[in-house]
Amino acid sequence: MVDLSVSVAGVEFKNPVIPASGCFGYGREYEKFYPLSKLGGISVKGTTRYERMGNPGPRVAETTAGMLNSVGLQNGGVEKFLSYELPNLKTKGTRIIANIAGSTVEESGELAAMLNGSGVDMIELNISCPNVKQGGAAFGTDCKVAGAVTKAVRDATDIPLMVKLSPNVTSITDIAKSVEANGADAVSLINTLLGMRIDIKTRRPVLRNNVGGLSGPAVFPVAVRMVWQTANAVKIPIVGMGGIASAEDAVEMMMAGASAVQVGAAIFSDPFVPVKIVDGLERWCTDNGVERLSDIIGTVKPW
Amino acid sequence: MYTQGKYPIIAKKAIAKGMFDLTVLCPKVADEAQPGQFVQVSAEGFFLRRPISICDIDKAGGTIRLVFEVRGSGTEKISELNCGDYIDIIAPLGNGFKVLESGKKAICVGGGIGTPPMLCIAKKYGSNARAISGFRNSSIAILQEEFRAAGVNAVLCTDDGSAGIRGFVTDALREEIKKERPDIIYACGPMVMLKNVAAIAQENGIECQVSLEQRMACGVGACLVCVCRTVKDGREIFSHVCKDGPVFDSKEVDFSG
Repeated sequence: MVDLSVSVAGVEFKNPVIPASGCFGYGREYEKFYPLSKLGGISVKGTTRYERMGNPGPRVAETTAGMLNSVGLQNGGVEKFLSYELPNLKTKGTRIIANIAGSTVEESGELAAMLNGSGVDMIELNISCPNVKQGGAAFGTDCKVAGAVTKAVRDATDIPLMVKLSPNVTSITDIAKSVEANGADAVSLINTLLGMRIDIKTRRPVLRNNVGGLSGPAVFPVAVRMVWQTANAVKIPIVGMGGIASAEDAVEMMMAGASAVQVGAAIFSDPFVPVKIVDGLERWCTDNGVERLSDIIGTVKPW
Repeated sequence: MYTQGKYPIIAKKAIAKGMFDLTVLCPKVADEAQPGQFVQVSAEGFFLRRPISICDIDKAGGTIRLVFEVRGSGTEKISELNCGDYIDIIAPLGNGFKVLESGKKAICVGGGIGTPPMLCIAKKYGSNARAISGFRNSSIAILQEEFRAAGVNAVLCTDDGSAGIRGFVTDALREEIKKERPDIIYACGPMVMLKNVAAIAQENGIECQVSLEQRMACGVGACLVCVCRTVKDGREIFSHVCKDGPVFDSKEVDFSG
């Protein structure tokens, strides 16, 4: 029997596969395909202090091996999450990661404080959404601000804290070190890469927001590189994401240094991808004589 | 529960230039499907699935029909599937049309490739339905014989007068309402057509359901990309075509986009 369990910042996951925030709602839709208990955890839709309408459409553009989105954090707000979504999720037998996005440093702390005692297993602080004007990537692209937001959340809660990093920076390792120094227990990366598509007939951007975040297999090598660099720069664990679509991708990401993985856009091509990755990891371990999957974390042998 | 799987195509027809008609054997989907619902079709080599409305459901035969137009390279890829090939779909998705009790009368308005989902709902009403379909010209005027075969009174409009009435579906709709007021109007087609159909329905105090289209990713309501502006309880919100729709009460839709 292969041991697929992993530990991130003291939180035990039965397996390392976690649907990524924004790609899985609060689980209700995908529960109509398979039981959520098959998943290591769920990173829920980005939640803000108050309800947000998000950006006007079109919000999606297909790209080669991926897609752009400009949803803009549409969600019902933290109170609805606590009263409506969380009680349902808690009954599903999987770890719950609350993804939160404040529009100011203070609001980020306030959001975290509201989760105290709620029973969420972990907080994923989103400082990297490319589609909002306040907060989001404006927090995640500056070391000082990233540190300050992390500290505000750290001071507000004892819940294990993971900070989700933006790839749209010169040095992701500097940002990672800053959030580590300010109390983050883990980092997750990468959020989407800022991109753009233009309809050459109308000369209009396909997205109503002009620009949006690129995800899907197209970004996978960038994500692996950034996870590897970050793993060499910080001591806290890393949850790797960006273009993962198969068990082999997940293995590669873990060898680069990720303790667990998140799966996002690939779910839109195949809703069963997270479950297939769990099954595929078990097979891969068996075929390769690996008894404990966690033994492969960071085992890449660089030249 | 949603079904995702690969199902055999048991019939394929090219019904007009760039328009294809696939019959898919998928008994479980056919059993659950309602008029107005759609399926998410995988196009080999493309990252996102393509939403295609269900044109017809044969519950006894266990099949659904997908009639679609080649709009780009993704739908072109789907059009290359042949009889005997397997098609990867997630289905049935979204909310279908509301069906009134027997004896009630309906007018179904389809514009261009908005016509296929009208066949499915018109069949529920049979001779109590009238189907108004609009096309640019006669060469792409699809499904007219099938409406008639189902006992539906089919009114065809073309922009150039090459078949049926020369003019817009909205003109024909006004005429048909004058002849006999229906209990409900269904519509699917370009946004400007839907806006005008909704206005005519409202002027006449007739319930109207419209089926919307938007670029999608997940198709099930998780990713939130397929927005449309709607008004509910006096409050403007971004709804999602895949899960809240694709069928909406026309009074709830902000047709300005």
